[in-house]
Amino acid sequence: MEITNSNEAAAKRLRKKEWKLFGTGMLYLLPAIVFMAVFLFYPIVKTLYFSFFDVTGGGVTERFVGLKNYAKLLSSQEFLQSMKATFLFVLYVVPGEIIISLFLAVIASEKLKGMGFFRTIFSSTLGVSVAAGATVFLFMFHPSLGAINNVLGMVGIGPIEWLTSSNAALISIAITTIWMHIGINFIILLGGLQNIPEEMYESAKIDGAGYYSRLFKITIPLLSPVLFFVLIIAVIGSFQTFGQIDLLTGGGPNNSTNLIVYSIYQQAFSFGHFGFASAQAIVLFVIILIVTILQFRYGERKVHYQ
Amino acid sequence: MKKKIIIYILLIVSAFLLFAPILYAISASFMSPKDIYAGKLFPSEFNFDAYREVMDSIPLLHFLWVSFVMSFMAMVGQLVLSSLSAYAFVFIPFKGRNLIFFLFLSTMLIPWEATIIPNFLTILHLNWLNTYQGLTFPFFALPFGIFLLRQHFMTLPKELWESAQVDGCSRLRFFFKFALPLSKSSLSALAVYGFLTTWNKYLWPLLVTNDDSVRPVQIGLKMLIAQEGSSQWNMVMAAVVMILLPTLLLLFIGIKYIREGLTAGAVKG
Repeated sequence: MEITNSNEAAAKRLRKKEWKLFGTGMLYLLPAIVFMAVFLFYPIVKTLYFSFFDVTGGGVTERFVGLKNYAKLLSSQEFLQSMKATFLFVLYVVPGEIIISLFLAVIASEKLKGMGFFRTIFSSTLGVSVAAGATVFLFMFHPSLGAINNVLGMVGIGPIEWLTSSNAALISIAITTIWMHIGINFIILLGGLQNIPEEMYESAKIDGAGYYSRLFKITIPLLSPVLFFVLIIAVIGSFQTFGQIDLLTGGGPNNSTNLIVYSIYQQAFSFGHFGFASAQAIVLFVIILIVTILQFRYGERKVHYQ
Repeated sequence: MKKKIIIYILLIVSAFLLFAPILYAISASFMSPKDIYAGKLFPSEFNFDAYREVMDSIPLLHFLWVSFVMSFMAMVGQLVLSSLSAYAFVFIPFKGRNLIFFLFLSTMLIPWEATIIPNFLTILHLNWLNTYQGLTFPFFALPFGIFLLRQHFMTLPKELWESAQVDGCSRLRFFFKFALPLSKSSLSALAVYGFLTTWNKYLWPLLVTNDDSVRPVQIGLKMLIAQEGSSQWNMVMAAVVMILLPTLLLLFIGIKYIREGLTAGAVKG
């Protein structure tokens, strides 16, 4: 009898202690939970909710319309064009920025004098804001005054309508975006390269492996987890492109650069179609979710972990 | 030796190409309108007029100050929230913490752009348009920051907390006296990252500011282009140079921390 009593008391004390711990833990987490709830969880749920309604500009839900907004997406030429442009854009930007950043990281990982300078330059676009970077490119792409057409003109090419022809505009935005993303990718890839142990190369050298066979048989496979990480942030980052479009083309010409986030912005804040824009936002959310899951399921198999 | 020369050539050419847009902006900011119209690459003589004129044209220094306050506020908010949460996840062994951590991490999957409509309405209804809290509060909870600091706190030896407990050290005291000072490198990485990303924000300030009172410099730039972009490119480039200087300097000073912090996240993650 006494034993069970003391057992019960011990269990009770333990429970009390656990609750106290839980309380303390939650106290520390409270600020983050409040901010996440208000500015992340609530809005994503609310966006889903909005997507089933007609919503007026002030955020008042007028009436439930079921899947009408989604059906409208499928029949809207504008949205389909926007999706096509978005995927094309991701296809231009992601391989471009990864190949260039990887090349820069490889040449900057050599141990040579003055390397600190080059590494700083290669990282520098991380410190360039979307607005400032896009503005410089806006000037460089200028048909008659800009540096690009002037330099090309010297060798007899052009003038090219970088931002005003539907064929070139998306590529111009892609070039701008690749340039802006190089800094962050370079930093991460260089860090990955520097984490590869020196001995790996020494034993390969003894075996008589040349520069390229070392690069493709040792460096790239050992770098694959980092490359994988860079791939994910590159894909997600290009789906989220907005500022350079707003400044360079405003989605035009002929909607050729009206990428999904710009389309959401325009539908909601220029036209006041909050419900329709919310449906597009949900599409963006689902695409990013699927891309991330696919990359983890299929990408990870090919990744070589040490 | 031959390999060294090839690599140096590659480095120099790449560095020049990559930095060319910034050099061009600097060069154009010193040009006279005549040089601009002649499509020159370098100014025929150094001319500071564009800098003076742009200050007369828009309140650029005020916009820079707003951007500074905004970035500083978001940075502090992110540091406080991230360090408190990471501390709870590592040093307070309460039940369900893994579940909550997983929930926190899962928010990294929400593209922030997908939430702008309700977030805008929240700020609107709180009457927070054109305020610093409206600009910064949505960015205080940063899952990446929590993750980064959690990784770092986990490397601190458990015995440290145990012996501190024996000496009667409270959790909060341990947080301030040991956990934070021992994580300076990760905290600095997060601080530089938070400041830079907030400084560079574009879409959100575009939505929640509509007058000059708390207009960040990025939106000021859009305004300037609308105003002068068709003619005064030297002024626009002078503004760009003034906007780039603070973040480039911060990046050059803080690059070491960022590199360590981001690398740790990518490699250990």
